[in-house]
Amino acid sequence: MSLDKFVYMANQIASFFVTQGQETAAASTADHIKKFWDPRMRAAIIAHVKAGGAGLDPVARLAIQSLPEVSSVPEVKSEVGQATQTR
Amino acid sequence: MSLTEHSLVKEIDYGTPRSNAEKSVTLSIDGKSLSVPEGTSIMRAAMEAGVEIPKLCATDMLDAFGSCRLCLVEIDGRAGTPASCTTPVAEGMVVHTQTERLSRLRKGVMELYVSDHSVDSLDRSKHPDADLLDTAAAVGLQEVRYGFDGAHHRNPGIDDSNPYFAFDPAKCIVCSRCVRACEEVQGTFALTVSGRGFDSIIAAGMDEKFIESECVSCGACVQACPTGSLIEKKVIEEGKPEWSEITTCAYCGVGCSFKAEMRGDEVIRMVPYKDGKANRGHSCVKGRFAWGYANHKERILKPMLRDKIDEPWREVSWKEAIARVASEFKRIQAKYGIGSIGGITSSRCTDEETFLVQKMVRATFGNNNVDTCARVCHSPTGYGLSTTFGTSAGTQDFDSVEQMDVAILIGANPTDAHPVFASRLKKRLRQGAKLIVIDPRRIDLVRTPHVEAAYHLPILPGTNVAILSALAHVIVTEGLVNEKFVRERCDWDEFSDWAEFVSQPRNSPEEVAKVCAVPAQTIRAAARLYATGGNGAIYYGLGITEHSQGSTAVMGLANLAMATGNIGRPGVGVNPLRGQNNVQGSCDMGSFPHEFSGYRHIARDDVRSAFETLWQRKLDAEPGLRIPNMLDAAVDGSFRGIYIQGEDILQSDPDTHHVAAGLAAMECVVVQDLFLNETANYAHIFLPGSTFLEKNGTFINAERRIQLVRKVMEPKNGYEDWEITCLISEAMGYPMHYNHPSEIMDEIAQLTPTFAGVSFKRLEELGSIQWPCNEKAPEGTPVMHINGFVRGKGKFVITEYIATDEKSGPRYPLLLTTGRILTQYNVGAQTRRTDNVIWHHEDGLEIHPHDAEQRGIHDGEWVKLASRSGETTLHALITERVAPGVIYTTFHHPDTQANVVTTEYSDWATNCPEYKVTAAQVSPSNGPTQWQQEYNEFARKSRRIATTIEAAE
Ligand code: SF4
Ligand code: SF4
Ligand code: FES
Repeated sequence: MSLDKFVYMANQIASFFVTQGQETAAASTADHIKKFWDPRMRAAIIAHVKAGGAGLDPVARLAIQSLPEVSSVPEVKSEVGQATQTR
Repeated sequence: MSLTEHSLVKEIDYGTPRSNAEKSVTLSIDGKSLSVPEGTSIMRAAMEAGVEIPKLCATDMLDAFGSCRLCLVEIDGRAGTPASCTTPVAEGMVVHTQTERLSRLRKGVMELYVSDHSVDSLDRSKHPDADLLDTAAAVGLQEVRYGFDGAHHRNPGIDDSNPYFAFDPAKCIVCSRCVRACEEVQGTFALTVSGRGFDSIIAAGMDEKFIESECVSCGACVQACPTGSLIEKKVIEEGKPEWSEITTCAYCGVGCSFKAEMRGDEVIRMVPYKDGKANRGHSCVKGRFAWGYANHKERILKPMLRDKIDEPWREVSWKEAIARVASEFKRIQAKYGIGSIGGITSSRCTDEETFLVQKMVRATFGNNNVDTCARVCHSPTGYGLSTTFGTSAGTQDFDSVEQMDVAILIGANPTDAHPVFASRLKKRLRQGAKLIVIDPRRIDLVRTPHVEAAYHLPILPGTNVAILSALAHVIVTEGLVNEKFVRERCDWDEFSDWAEFVSQPRNSPEEVAKVCAVPAQTIRAAARLYATGGNGAIYYGLGITEHSQGSTAVMGLANLAMATGNIGRPGVGVNPLRGQNNVQGSCDMGSFPHEFSGYRHIARDDVRSAFETLWQRKLDAEPGLRIPNMLDAAVDGSFRGIYIQGEDILQSDPDTHHVAAGLAAMECVVVQDLFLNETANYAHIFLPGSTFLEKNGTFINAERRIQLVRKVMEPKNGYEDWEITCLISEAMGYPMHYNHPSEIMDEIAQLTPTFAGVSFKRLEELGSIQWPCNEKAPEGTPVMHINGFVRGKGKFVITEYIATDEKSGPRYPLLLTTGRILTQYNVGAQTRRTDNVIWHHEDGLEIHPHDAEQRGIHDGEWVKLASRSGETTLHALITERVAPGVIYTTFHHPDTQANVVTTEYSDWATNCPEYKVTAAQVSPSNGPTQWQQEYNEFARKSRRIATTIEAAE
C-alpha cells in the first residue's frame, strides 16, 4: 500500500526537477530523496526498482537507481515483513 | 518564590501617539527644558518630561480629538487656553500646565462630567469602579455644585449581550474614545455616537446590542474607555486585578503581547501590552478573552492509562504513567527496532518544550522520527524560502506594513486568521496603500468599511503557481524588472533562464486566464501595480502552502519579490502568516526529521558532532519519518509507538480515516494534552499538559520574534510540559536535567548559530528578539537580506504549473477549499471550550446560490459533502463569497470532521497536505452520516473514565 505512495511521491519530485532542466533532474531528484526520506522508505523504493519499478517515470527511476544502498535499516524488524526488511 | 510578589504592570499613557519625525524641537514645560520629535503634542511632551496633564478624550493609542477640554494649557505669547492634546510643540515654546486659571477651568469641566455621571458622591471608596472619579481627584475637584441627581444623559440600560464585556451608558461621558478605537485601532467601525448634545450616546451598529452589531469583540474599545463604562465582566464579578505579568498569546502566529492581570492566582483579564512589538497594544477576541478553557471542567488533570482503546481510562499516579511510557517504548524498540517509535512536537508548546521533544527523540529514542504539525501548514515555506533566499522564515517585521505601498495578499484571510495583523494592514490601507487580493473566496478585505482592494483575483483553487507565473510574465515582458537589483543581488544566469521561462506564451495572462478563471486584464493590471506601485509586500498564508505545489508557489512568490527588487528593506518582503502561535519556533527548534535546530541537515557531520558532544550520545545521520510516513509505516507494521505533545493529528491532519487506521495500528500511543482530544480516542496513555499561563518559556511568531511566556499560576496538572518530557527521557535511561526553561534556551543558543545571542536575560532586557541574533546582530534582525541574501545570491527557480491530480469531474464537480474563522482557533480544542462558541457553534458549508439551486439546497439545511476520501454532513450557507464551482468550510469542530473528505495528496517537496483543493459533491441530506454517528459513539465510549479506581492491573 505505501509502495504506491512512494512511487507517486518519487514521480512528483521528479516532475518538479524536470522543469529545472533535464540534465540535472535525476541527480536533483536523487538528492532530494536522500535528504528527506527515511531509510526504510528508500529501501522500499530501491527494492521496487530492482523488481522492475512499475509506475515510476523515467527520471524518477534513474534517480532511484543512482541512490546508494541503504545500510542503516536493519534494526527494523517488521512483523508484517514488508519491503522494509532489506537483509 | 510566590508569584504574587509581583505588582501590577502600569503602562504610561502619553495621551497621543509617538511622532516618527526625525527633526527635534526644544521647548520648556513648567520650567523644564526638553527636546522631542517635531509633531509631538504638548500633552505627550509633558508626559515624557514627567508632567501629567489631566485628560479624558485623549489616549496614546488614538489620534488626538480635542473634545473634552480638560487638558488645557497656557502658552507664553498665545492667547487663550489651547488643548494640549491637539497642539503640537514648537521651537522655543514656553508652556505652563499648572496655573490658577487652568485649575479653575479644569474643575469646571470636570464638575459637568461628574454631575452627568451616575455617581452620588465624589467618594472613590463608594464607587470603586468609577474611574472618572480618579480624574476628578486629579484635577482637585472637591464639590459638585449642580448636585448628583440632575438630569443624566439618555440611558437605554446596560448592554451585557457580549459574553466578555458590558456597556453601562450611565457611566459614559461620550468622549468617543471607544468609537475612535474601533475605527483607528481595530478598523471595524462598529460604534457611533448617536443623537446630539445631551441626548448623545454610544451605540453599536444601528442602535443594536453589541452582539448583534458588526463588533468582533476585539476589546479595543474596552481598553480605551476612561470611565469603566465599557468593562470586562470578569472585573465586575471579581474585582480589580492586583498584580500582572507580561506574557505572549498562545493562539495565532501574530504573537500578541499581553499583561496577564491577576487577583491571587486567578486571571482577571488579559490586556494587550503597548510595548508588544507585534501587536502594539491591540488584540483579538481570542487572546483578549478566550482563555477560560484553562479552567474548563473537561480539562484533564491526572495521568491515565488503559490497555486497549475500547476500555475506559484509569487514573494513575504520574510515577505509574511515566514508568508505563518508558517500559512500552523500550519493549516496542526491543521487538521492532530502534526506528519503530517516534514523537510529534507541538506548535502550541514553547520553544524549550519543542526542543526537548526532538532532543528526546534523537538522543533517547536514538532515531530521527520527529515531526511537527507545521508539516501540515508551513513546511513549504521553509523549503521554498530557504531554497530561494537561504532562510526558512519571513523577511520582515510587522511594523514593516506601515511603510508598504502595495500589498499582495494571497491565500490568507487575516481578518479571521491573523486579526491584529489585519487591523494594522487596514490602517495602512486607509492611509492610501493599495491591496491586491488573490483568493478563490471573496474574503472580508476585498471590501470592508473604508477599505477596498484595488484588485481581487478569484482564482480557482489549485492554480496559485499558474497565476504567479502569469504575474511574472507581465513583469518580465513589459520591462518592469528591477534589473539593477537582480544584477547586484541575484544569480544572473538563473534569472535569465527564469525570465525566458515566464515569458513563454503559455504563461501569459491570456493563456493562464483559462486555467485560473480570472480575466487576463485583471492579471496584467495587478502585476503592473505590484511592480510599479512603490514598496511592494507579499503576505501569504496556508492558501499558498497547502497544495501539491505548495513549495513551488512559495518559490514563485520569492521570484516575484526578487524580480521587482522588493526585498531587503522595510515595507517590502515575502511574509508568511503563520497559523499557530509557535509554528515558527517549532520549525526553528529542529522539529523536522531531517534537520537540527537552525535548519541544518542531520547528515552534516560538523553539526551532528556538535550535538553529539554536548548530548553525549551517538546520533543517527539518516532522516526519520514524517507524520504521514509514520502513519503509513504504522499500517505497514514497522512503526509501533508514538509520543504526541500537544497536537490533535486526528482532527488536524488530512484524510481522517487514514490517520485513524495508522493510530489504531500502533501498540502505544501517548498523548499529552489539556483535553481528551480526538487523537486521544486512540491513545493508551494520556499525560495531562499545562496551559501557557502555567509555564515559562518562549514562543516565536511569524516575524521570527522570540517572546517570553511567563508563568502566572502553578500548573494544575502538576508539571509544565517540558518537565514531563524530562521525566520520560529519564525513565528511558537518558536523564536531561534543567532547573528552568532558561537553561534549555541556553543550550539552544549554544548549539544554534542563529540563536547564539539569545537568552532569557536578553529577552527580559530587550522585550523581544527577532532571530538571527548573534555577534553580527546582537539585538536581532527585524528585516532580513538587507545587503544581500543569506544564501549569497538570490536564486530564481522555474515554477512550472503542474495541475494537481485531485481533479473535479462528473462525480465530484465542485472544488472544496478550507479555512478558519476569527473566533475559533485551529481544531477548536480551546476556543470551543469558551464563550466564543456564541459566534461560531458549528462549521458550515459555503456554496454559491447557483450551485445550491441546481442541487435543490436551501440555506441552513443539512447537506452531505462527499469526496473520494469520505463524506460528512453539515449545514449549508448560501453565499456569493465563493465563486460558482467552489465550496468552502472551516474545520474547527470535531462533529463535522471536514478532514474526513480531504485527500492524501500533498506537496511534492514536503508532503504538506493539499487541504486547499478537494474535488467534492454536495447533496441535500437529512442529518449526520453513519460515520459521524458511529464516530460520536466511539468518541463517547473512548472518553469514559473509570469512576472507581481499581487495584492495579
Ligand atoms: S470590541 Fe472591538 S470591534 Fe467591538 S465595538 Fe469594541 S473596538 Fe469595535
Ligand atoms: S490570537 Fe493572534 S491576533 Fe489574537 S490576540 Fe492572539 S496572537 Fe493576537
Ligand atoms: S484630552 Fe485634550 S481635549 Fe480631551
